[in-house]
Amino acid sequence: MSDGNAIELRDVVKQFGDVYAVDHVSLRIRDGEFFSMLGPSGCGKTTTLRMIAGFEYPTSGEISIHGREMSTTPPHQRPVNTVFQSYALFPHMTVAQNVAFGLEMKRIAKSEIGPRVQEALDQVRLTGFAERRPRQMSGGQQQRVALARALVNSPEVLLLDEPLGALDQKLRKELQLELKGLQRRVGITFIFVTHDQEEALTMSDRIAVMSQGKVLQVGSPTEIYERPTCKFVADFIGETNFIDGTVIEHGDNYATIETADGLKLRGITPRPVAIGEAATLSIRPEKVRMFAPGDAKAEHAFTLPVKVELVSYIGSDTRVTVRLNPQRTLDVWEQNTFSTLDRDAYWQPGEPAVLVCPPDNALVLTE
Amino acid sequence: MALNTLERERQRRERRNLTLLLSPGLLWLVLFFALPLLIILVYSFMTNGPRGNIVWQFTLEQYSTLFTRSIYVNAYLRSIWVSLLTTLACLLLGYPLALFIVRQPARWRTPLLFLILIPFWTNFLVRIYAWQIILSNNGLINSALNSLGLPQLNLLNTEGATLLGLVYGELPFMVLPLYAAIDRFDFTLLEAAADLGASRWRGFLRVMLPMTMPGIAAGSVLVFIPTLGQFVVSELLGGAKVDYLGNLIQRLFLRSNPPNWPLGSAMAMAMMLVLLVLILLYFRSTTEEDR
Repeated sequence: MSDGNAIELRDVVKQFGDVYAVDHVSLRIRDGEFFSMLGPSGCGKTTTLRMIAGFEYPTSGEISIHGREMSTTPPHQRPVNTVFQSYALFPHMTVAQNVAFGLEMKRIAKSEIGPRVQEALDQVRLTGFAERRPRQMSGGQQQRVALARALVNSPEVLLLDEPLGALDQKLRKELQLELKGLQRRVGITFIFVTHDQEEALTMSDRIAVMSQGKVLQVGSPTEIYERPTCKFVADFIGETNFIDGTVIEHGDNYATIETADGLKLRGITPRPVAIGEAATLSIRPEKVRMFAPGDAKAEHAFTLPVKVELVSYIGSDTRVTVRLNPQRTLDVWEQNTFSTLDRDAYWQPGEPAVLVCPPDNALVLTE
Repeated sequence: MALNTLERERQRRERRNLTLLLSPGLLWLVLFFALPLLIILVYSFMTNGPRGNIVWQFTLEQYSTLFTRSIYVNAYLRSIWVSLLTTLACLLLGYPLALFIVRQPARWRTPLLFLILIPFWTNFLVRIYAWQIILSNNGLINSALNSLGLPQLNLLNTEGATLLGLVYGELPFMVLPLYAAIDRFDFTLLEAAADLGASRWRGFLRVMLPMTMPGIAAGSVLVFIPTLGQFVVSELLGGAKVDYLGNLIQRLFLRSNPPNWPLGSAMAMAMMLVLLVLILLYFRSTTEEDR
């Protein structure tokens, strides 16, 4: 009866007083996938996770775990385990006692608990730490204890609430890869809550982008980055340039807009548009190309005349801010595929330039 | 070399300052605590004269009386028993109360704690007299029962009234340390316990209870110690029907004719011994927690 779905949320609402923390969310999380819920703080991602764990019950709607309706099942009766943002390790217990806790609660035989705890600690590379207290360990080690304490119960789904949030950047990167590798090995469904888009893109099979209690888009990292269906997602994931205009012409999956200045630009339409509709062209800084005026390569149907305003050399890239009109600047990132000290090879502030916006690299968004 | 002298000079000055700061308190403690205690200790080994005077002759008679005469042995057992009951009752009432206050929104917590402290604004004796008025045969409760046509209850001058008065008086001393301990408790840990399959009760037993144990220990010590030596409540609410340690000591010093200071002193010393053992146990439990 599970249809390959580990978790299914049907029209789930969570209200706190008058506030909709989660606003009619429906999601299907497949068995064995690494699923991320991504959004700014207060978007409802943690509340959604807490409802799956059972710490909160939905105001309305249904939550199923492997096809069993569990909206109001208390947390200790759900086949899921959580890795908390603060780790929530029991400070009065040793690492081994922490990891054994879930097995003891399930009344697993004592003789079986020892080896399983050992195995779980080996899995997170904490062999030999069994008798330590949590407070004698570093943040990264505590994080792994939390992981072992959850995984030892062989949950059907593992819930992770910003588990890397408290760690420094370098450790984060390491643990991201480790976590992804672990998920592949154990084959358990991971639901990962984060506000860090890079983290979500690196680790996830699919991502749900949330804002103000709503799921705006669900898709693979490439889909989310390359085909955002609304301005919020385009803006929240990575960086992008927005140019406002009106739809003057469209096909099945593309549309052309005209700006107030009379410039025409074309892009892909993830959702149907209508002529005369207000729309925004979204094009990412690395997907624009910039040439000197008169350069043969600047001969293109969709170009923007601009003036270079700011040039930031950051090693691998040069990031250029150009001015389109008095109200609007655009960002252009050019990879430094050459190696030279010649100043003329780089853009200089004040230079005129032409931006080429290939329609395949741009999106026309109406929401 | 010069640095060394400087350092020594600094240490010397620091020690002098410390002595200066500590001396008023030390003087106070020596004069009004250590010295009287020493006097009591000495008295407890002396002989009682025929007119209640102290005869300076060493004897262990007082202590042997304490441990052989049933009136004293019973008073000890009764006092320890009633102190245990009071402590337990305060714990059972105080823990949910402290937990309730901690779980309130921040702006309510201080007023609620304040409410617990308000009784201290009135003299303890006055408050115990108020209980007399509530419990007496024509008091508040019995008048109410009377007007409802229900039979009168004999409430005042019972051991129940003593226990009630003791719990009433000591409850704040239990609630405050419990509040401090529960306030420090991270309630996410209960969610973690539930997440790992613990029912609410098991989560409480395995996680919250051990982690708030320092508060339980502190509150229990604070309640047990004064209760063990009390004599006011059992006299005013219990009607002095049964003897508690405090009542006997008070009587031996002030009311008996002739008084018996050596025996009273020996009783006080024996009581201190009980408390000393208890406090040592308490310190052991807290230092283990801090390890």
